[in-house]
Amino acid sequence: MSTTYTLRAKHRRSALRTLAFLSPWLIGFCVFFAYPLISTVYFSFTHYDGFGAATFDGLTNWSYVFGEYPLFWPALRNTLWLVIVMVACRVVFGLGVGMLITKIKTGVGVFRTLFYLPYLAPPVAATLGFVFLLNPGTGPVNSLLGDLGIPAPDWFTDPSWSKPALTLLAVWGVGDLMVIFMAALLDVPTEQYEAAELDGASPWQRFRYVTLPNISPIVMFAVVTGVIQAMQSYTQPLVAAKVASGNMGNSGQQFEPGYPDKSTLTLPQLVYNLGFQRFDYGSACVVALVLFALSMAFTALLMKRRGGLVQAGE
Amino acid sequence: MPTTRRKPAAVLAATACIALFASACTGQSDTSTQNDDASKDTTITFWHGWSTPSEVAAIQADVAAFQKAHPNIHVKVVGDINDDKINQALRAGGSNSPDVVSSFTTNNVGKFCSSNAFVDLAPFLKKDGIDPAKTFPKTMNEYTQFQGKRCALPLLGDSYALYYNKDAFKAAGIDGPPTTWSEFEADAKLLTKPKGDSYEQLGFMPDYHAYETTTEHYLAQWSPTYFDASGASNIAKDPAFEKGLAFQKQLVDGLGGFAKLEKYRTSFGEEYGATNPFNTGQVAMAMDGEWRLGMALAGKPKFDIGVAPLPVPDDQKATHGKGYLTGTIAGIAATSKKQNAAWELVKFLTTDTDAVVNFANAIHNVPSTFAALSSPKLQADPRFKTFLDIAQNPNSTTTPASVNGGQYLVSLQNLGYDIESGKQTDIKAGLAKTAQEIDAAIAQAK
Repeated sequence: MSTTYTLRAKHRRSALRTLAFLSPWLIGFCVFFAYPLISTVYFSFTHYDGFGAATFDGLTNWSYVFGEYPLFWPALRNTLWLVIVMVACRVVFGLGVGMLITKIKTGVGVFRTLFYLPYLAPPVAATLGFVFLLNPGTGPVNSLLGDLGIPAPDWFTDPSWSKPALTLLAVWGVGDLMVIFMAALLDVPTEQYEAAELDGASPWQRFRYVTLPNISPIVMFAVVTGVIQAMQSYTQPLVAAKVASGNMGNSGQQFEPGYPDKSTLTLPQLVYNLGFQRFDYGSACVVALVLFALSMAFTALLMKRRGGLVQAGE
Repeated sequence: MPTTRRKPAAVLAATACIALFASACTGQSDTSTQNDDASKDTTITFWHGWSTPSEVAAIQADVAAFQKAHPNIHVKVVGDINDDKINQALRAGGSNSPDVVSSFTTNNVGKFCSSNAFVDLAPFLKKDGIDPAKTFPKTMNEYTQFQGKRCALPLLGDSYALYYNKDAFKAAGIDGPPTTWSEFEADAKLLTKPKGDSYEQLGFMPDYHAYETTTEHYLAQWSPTYFDASGASNIAKDPAFEKGLAFQKQLVDGLGGFAKLEKYRTSFGEEYGATNPFNTGQVAMAMDGEWRLGMALAGKPKFDIGVAPLPVPDDQKATHGKGYLTGTIAGIAATSKKQNAAWELVKFLTTDTDAVVNFANAIHNVPSTFAALSSPKLQADPRFKTFLDIAQNPNSTTTPASVNGGQYLVSLQNLGYDIESGKQTDIKAGLAKTAQEIDAAIAQAK
């Protein structure tokens, strides 16, 4: 009896010790994840405008967002477009620049600095700069293209070119990925390249069968964080739309994001628009939950694919 | 990688909901605090949206005059405030939140009144014997209340008219400003000088994104009724909307087409700066508010500026002289603990004739009281008088207050974008769909 009691006490002490060590994370998890998530789910079923108490409203917000809110589907399509195209472009460009710089023999520091600097530019300033550079009427890029006889797009004022313009902006600020890729590329054992060369592997084969398998965890990291970043696109599309549309929202006119033709509208913009401009917190929570579900789905899918990629490399 | 998976959830959910909970705990309307003593020493906070140096100086002078008359009430002035900030502060409350709030967006009055974000001013008006109907013009009275609840007062008004470049008119052989839309369209074409695939001078920039050329400003010339008696959207039933939108599209097509005009629009400078396209001569006519006159004259333009009421439809020629009216509004935050002192400031800013006239003179806005409109101290340039006449014209209209603010105007504007760009070719069908969208959004807000 006394032995059992001692063992139980030992287990309890051990459990308490574990909990004590885990407590900083547990507190953070409860405060910053579980509580907000549960509240978001709760408020998505209520009518609440910030005054008085929230009242239970069943599935009204869900049916409004999915069935009647005209901005939801365009925003979802744009967000998915950015997740797929922008992330792919950033990863490919970041890896490409990283590889080129690792091959350069002289002036590496200069090139590394040049490519990294744009990453440090504040998002609003960078976007303003791009809207100016790509201005169809007065921008230097279109003037140059015109001089070269190349038909210039209207960039941020054309719904078919606004997202590619945002992608260009994202690619311009790819310095963070470049640095991560450079570190990974420099870690690839040189013997493997030597062995591949001896076997007569072409540059593409060396990249496909030596470089890629070695850096695949980093590629996966870049893709997953890129997806999360793209899902949260807010500042750049909003600033670009405001500046390009000429409506800075300072004259009493209401500005609805998405110019031109809802092409720069993203889900986080809807969360703000619904929650903090229209004060329809319930519907804002629905969009936030959609965003959450999409993030989880993309991440789960990528992690599953990662298993295959690492195995293929091994 | 579990932390990576948690990151989006934590960030998204926390962003949406922590702010949400913070606001959920506060922002309750408190009408029990109207017993503060306005004769005692106190400090109130006043939020306004003016930001240019001359405007800020003018409102400071107005506040200084108030403090001279009420030495016990100290006013902490916070400028450059927009409606997003106002809405959030009114929900959050707190020691730094405003007591007196002014806003440029009359469209939001419905939201301010229905949500009780602004206090009902009826008891204050009654206490001081102020009859709004005898004090303020009819339209201004309309846009400062919602469903009979007056939660705001007008603090200067805005009226919209046609600015035209007299020199360009002379060069094009046009005698005077157009009075009907047909004449306007013909003049706009005559005043347009192409240059390559762009323009050396455009008669008029008709696009809805061209600063003040918004759907509601155009449509006022057709005198539309936005809601029916039951409160449902009327845009699919009132032919004014279809006619107005169709005319704008005709104008867009006639002046070069949407793509060409939008490209030209991107070469425009700042709306409130010296590079405004009317100032630079890029456009010969502009639809704009009365404040533009002072701003344009300050830039010492190289041409003579003319001002006239906006044109009307050909079959409404008798109503020429009307226009769209809006303005700045002022109210008292429901979260204020010093509502009587706040009322003294609101009353002074909105009803003291000298205060209203001086402020109107300083920032070139339309005075918002009958007394100020007829004051001999009002510095009315003959061109500025056009705006005063529009403000008092019985046919002039405003956009009605709605429970969800100006959301119905945003929906209509979105339809306008689709029509002008050619994405929506069936205007009637577009209006019917937009009416449904407006009704759904209003139902959602209730």
